[in-house]
Amino acid sequence: MKKRSRKTYWIGFGIIVALLAMAPLVLPEFWRRFLTEILIWGLLAMSSDLLIGYTGMISFGHSAFFGLGLYGAAAALLTVNPPNLWLTIGCGLIGAAGVALFVAYFSTRLRDIYFAITTLIFSQIFYVIIFTWTDVTGGENGLTFRRPALSIPWIYSAPFTNETLHWFVLAVVTASYLILRRITQSPFGMVLQSIRENEGRTRAIGYPVERYKVVAVMLSGVFAGLAGVLYAIQNRFAAPDFVYFLVSGETVIFNVMGGIGTLVGPIVGAGFFLLLREAFSRFFTEYYLIPVGIIFIAMVIFMPQGLVGFARSWLNR
Amino acid sequence: MSAEHTPTEALVSVDNIHTYYGKSHILHGVTLHVGAGEVVGLLGRNGVGKSTTLKTIMGLARPSQGQVLVAGRSITGLPAHKLARLGIGYVPEDRRIFRFLTVMENLRTGLDRHGVTAAMKRELLDKVFTYFPVLAERRGQPGGTLSGGEQQMLAIARAMMLEPRIILLDEPTEGLMPRMVSQIRHIIGALHRDGVAILLVEQNVPLTLEASERIYIMEKGVVCHHCAASDIKVNDAVIHQYLGV
Amino acid sequence: MDAAVEILAAIPYDQIVIQTVNGIVTGMILALVASGLTLIFGIMDVVNFAHGELFMLGAYIGVVMLAATGSFWLALFCATLVVALLGAALQIVTLRPLLGRDPLTTILATFGISLVLQNYALWQFGPVARKIQEPFTGRFQLFYLEYPWYRLAIAGLSALIIGAFWLFLKYGTWGIWIRATTQDRVMAQAMGIPVPWVHTAVFAIGAGMAACSGVLFGPLVGVNHAMGLDWVLKAFIVVVVGGMGNLGGSIAAAIFISLLESYASIWVSPAQAVIVSFVVLILTLLIRPTGLFVPTSK
Repeated sequence: MKKRSRKTYWIGFGIIVALLAMAPLVLPEFWRRFLTEILIWGLLAMSSDLLIGYTGMISFGHSAFFGLGLYGAAAALLTVNPPNLWLTIGCGLIGAAGVALFVAYFSTRLRDIYFAITTLIFSQIFYVIIFTWTDVTGGENGLTFRRPALSIPWIYSAPFTNETLHWFVLAVVTASYLILRRITQSPFGMVLQSIRENEGRTRAIGYPVERYKVVAVMLSGVFAGLAGVLYAIQNRFAAPDFVYFLVSGETVIFNVMGGIGTLVGPIVGAGFFLLLREAFSRFFTEYYLIPVGIIFIAMVIFMPQGLVGFARSWLNR
Repeated sequence: MSAEHTPTEALVSVDNIHTYYGKSHILHGVTLHVGAGEVVGLLGRNGVGKSTTLKTIMGLARPSQGQVLVAGRSITGLPAHKLARLGIGYVPEDRRIFRFLTVMENLRTGLDRHGVTAAMKRELLDKVFTYFPVLAERRGQPGGTLSGGEQQMLAIARAMMLEPRIILLDEPTEGLMPRMVSQIRHIIGALHRDGVAILLVEQNVPLTLEASERIYIMEKGVVCHHCAASDIKVNDAVIHQYLGV
Repeated sequence: MDAAVEILAAIPYDQIVIQTVNGIVTGMILALVASGLTLIFGIMDVVNFAHGELFMLGAYIGVVMLAATGSFWLALFCATLVVALLGAALQIVTLRPLLGRDPLTTILATFGISLVLQNYALWQFGPVARKIQEPFTGRFQLFYLEYPWYRLAIAGLSALIIGAFWLFLKYGTWGIWIRATTQDRVMAQAMGIPVPWVHTAVFAIGAGMAACSGVLFGPLVGVNHAMGLDWVLKAFIVVVVGGMGNLGGSIAAAIFISLLESYASIWVSPAQAVIVSFVVLILTLLIRPTGLFVPTSK
């Protein structure tokens, strides 16, 4: 990146983060919460972008990673008293990583469509397990639990307020974004993109493509699980609905609407989708997916590069 | 010898077409024409764009510039299936018969057309089986079980099912034994007698010079030489220059 | 020796026979659904995510037509026709523009369609399940159960439809066109076959078959807007296990998987029995990814 555009980039980045940070101070509580949710779903979508946008693997199984992060966090929050923030995060990430490893092992040797279908089926397997294993997971009714305190070990501990929760989520999502960005621009990330462009050639050059794919799936799964943990902390309940395929589907929608392969796009896509849902719910109540679905189809056909992709090409003109 | 048709009266003519394959610029402005009932040869080394020219005429490759005209009408950009129905038959190199369809079913892909009565179908089949008796023998066999030469005959027969006004033949003698090569020569003659025009792409120079009325030679994506077949001999300097034989 | 006798005595033979019949019945319906899916994939490289919703819509139209006319068979015919036309329209509007693009975009587009159709059904028909009356009641004695004739009828009817379709593919003009297009799309065009319309026709046929299955299966379960997902998942598994684009393989795989699931439901709950099909899929992907029922290439 050229010096000048790099500076503009970081300035823009700073402005956006600052705006997001100011939100809880100026917005009414409903919209504050809305924004926090956008960030959480955005993180989920961003994790999926690593696979879809950079490695060229469409995953319909992210609900499993998200869900295991959610339930992993729930486990920590229910079993340890008083609930500890970092233990919660740790448990969630381990849960998600475990699932990711499992899925990665089976799916990465498959290409394209078979990978997508297999991830879908795996997420449904986990859904069935969670749904039916009522003793452990609470089955259909899910689990409720308390929010842990915002604690920095040995230094500080206080319950989350709406503002601090928002800032915490913002910090985590921003950090995740920066980490993912660093990854995609690293040599590792370059190999992933090369796999997306031409897997055969990448393999012929000598890269162990399967191993790269497994790592990509695991990274993607871990960040998706992190989103699940944040959701647990924010909403204090877990339900099998979040492991259901629809969550995976919506994740893919966020990616496509926002812009595949842009990292920022999925967050924008999440925001766009949630705003559309908000707007259309006023008129269509729970059938908002009819107009939103039509918009999605239209975007796939006419704006496949997504909102961010479209904005970029428009600015480059 | 038939009088040379001017381009505007030609059955098929291409005018300054540029065709890309992905990012590769294959055709750099090809202009040629084939008159009704004419046999025209197209010679050139491998890779100069002969097959691409045929594909462009057939609508299987879209030119970025230039026009393809059939009987004076521009057909550039029309999809291949419409061109087949307009009377352009295509016999690709490597034949591309439908391997899992029987010989009869292969023929039916061209035979089952709108407006063809059962009597006309029988007539067409009889004609083709007369030219290619071996196809009649093997009519129930899957196309993939035929030998190379038989597959070539099937490919030509299949194109004939369309009752075309012109057949685009892409290297029909490639990989065939000499006996089959002379059979192909006879077929070209028979088609010519029937009034079907032929654009013949070939590496076999003697066959081409013998069968064609005019020839074009291509190099690097353009036509670089054009003359009557009778004006040129196999060991001509021009042939040596562009075909490196 | 005694242990062996004990084990043999413990095997629930009657249940096994009942589940065999159940498995074949469900398997035939699944085969009908999966045939459409595998055909669409084989010829157009399109993974039709909305296939389950076409199944569901067929069932709903069956409900409506049955209420309007009182005739099950008329309802079956109408549902098949309407959904086939809908399928054709969807293909023309949303899939034709995507021709030549990354095949994953068709997954996304059909996924979008499935969302719209699902919610449309929810909107029009509400969340409460509807029932389709079977066209004839009447049961026969199968061990301790009174087994409905209707179930055998749908297995037979599905077999008939698949058989008729196979004949059409083998001998009909459009059947030859479809097979030629599947083998070599480019050359099919060069032979004058209107390939874009062949694609539309195949999608329509697949949609019609799914709708037909929906109506036939309707009397067995409640018809509701979410029934599509389970079916499309199973159909995908069948298509992968049977070999993508392999019609015979899909039918064999459908029956195979349904039988396994039916047997499993003797011991575990139906909700957990679905894991069987997942396991079969995983095994297939590990051992023979091109499909368990695909003949090894010569």
